[in-house]
Amino acid sequence: MMRAFFALLARDLRLALRRRFDLLQPLYFAVLVCLLTTLAIGPEPALLARLAAAVTWIAVLLALLLALDGLFRPDAEDGSLELLLTAPAPLPVLVLAKVLAFWMVVLLPLIACTPLFANMLHLPPSLWLPLLVTLLLATPCLAWLGAVCAALTVQARRGGALLALLLLPLTVPVLIAALGTIDAAAQGLPMRPPLLMLAAGSVAACSLGPFACAAALRLGLR
Amino acid sequence: MAELTSELPPLIATHGLGFAYAELALFRDLDLCLRPGTALVLCGSNGSGKSTLLRLLGGLLLPDEGHVERAREHTTGDPAAIAWLGHHLGLKNGLSVIENLHWYCGVHGRNRRMTPSTALQTVGLDGFDHVPTRELSAGQRKRVALARLLLSPAPVWLLDEPYANLDPQGWLLVDRLVDHHLRSGGCAVLSVHRPDQAAFEGPRVLLDLDAAR
Repeated sequence: MMRAFFALLARDLRLALRRRFDLLQPLYFAVLVCLLTTLAIGPEPALLARLAAAVTWIAVLLALLLALDGLFRPDAEDGSLELLLTAPAPLPVLVLAKVLAFWMVVLLPLIACTPLFANMLHLPPSLWLPLLVTLLLATPCLAWLGAVCAALTVQARRGGALLALLLLPLTVPVLIAALGTIDAAAQGLPMRPPLLMLAAGSVAACSLGPFACAAALRLGLR
Repeated sequence: MAELTSELPPLIATHGLGFAYAELALFRDLDLCLRPGTALVLCGSNGSGKSTLLRLLGGLLLPDEGHVERAREHTTGDPAAIAWLGHHLGLKNGLSVIENLHWYCGVHGRNRRMTPSTALQTVGLDGFDHVPTRELSAGQRKRVALARLLLSPAPVWLLDEPYANLDPQGWLLVDRLVDHHLRSGGCAVLSVHRPDQAAFEGPRVLLDLDAAR
């Protein structure tokens, strides 16, 4: 079982590293969202600073959405999804390997680049750390929500649009908790309660996600 | 319906299997029983449900009625493993040939008597280990998929048109592989266009899906 997990993780990481351009796409997209926002709002650092955390979060969400279509669709198109579904290893374990690889190659670089986005948007330096912490804590939850939606839409013909419509409403609680944390930090209030909420969400997502995602993939067989 | 006089319990069997796409009923009340060492050859016109039946057997599609039953392994109690060869071969273009075999062995387990390199030699792709899969021809890709079958420890082979895209030597190769698999106690289900295409020696049952409708 662990062999299957590591074999699939290694495969997905290797494939991602071979296609560097695909790796950079979500990053470039997030930079563009931030850039367009600064251009649209104009040279008003005070206003930008107030919006910065929210815009960064939305940029990360949209970049995630862009990358999610590549989680299961290539496997479904080249037939390797069939090989995963007929494998003796439990499907939730295989799905866990795929989503972990996805988090490492898509979300981790995005998190690593948030200082860049924050700088572009004039976010006060005191809020950089809260922003990073909320992203680190919330992205596992986002990745699993996204993975379940991607699994549900993988057999649909125009899955990409459907994926956005399915996923974005589900991310509302995460977004509210994350920006609540940053707001609390900006006003000098304790950040612990909303951060604990985010952490709880991620723990729940990581434990239920593999099973939900496996069930969603099997549902597509009908 | 399809039963051979072998005393061993079946590796895979269907009971009252029925499936329909919307209005189009493909088959109903299909009872199949595949014992170790036997093969089932599916033939029929395009759209007669060869691939559908294979997908049902592999658990990639759920039947409308009836069910598919697989033998349990003695030691673990898990259902007998399946080696799947579909229309889409499941090869990653971004990986080399040997890397494609490695991840398959990781996920599906490996036959102890085979290594990826010897499997490639057996299917006639000697020296192709580190060639990117995207550079292979359709026939060569099919051969890589056949090498995967050789590596698989699964007793049940489900092959969707294994002869397609191959040259006459490739057909012989498929026959040899199926023969060897049957003799070592496995079973295989193959879909073919012409019944005479499946020229392996082992015992087989022919199922014409046009007649089964």
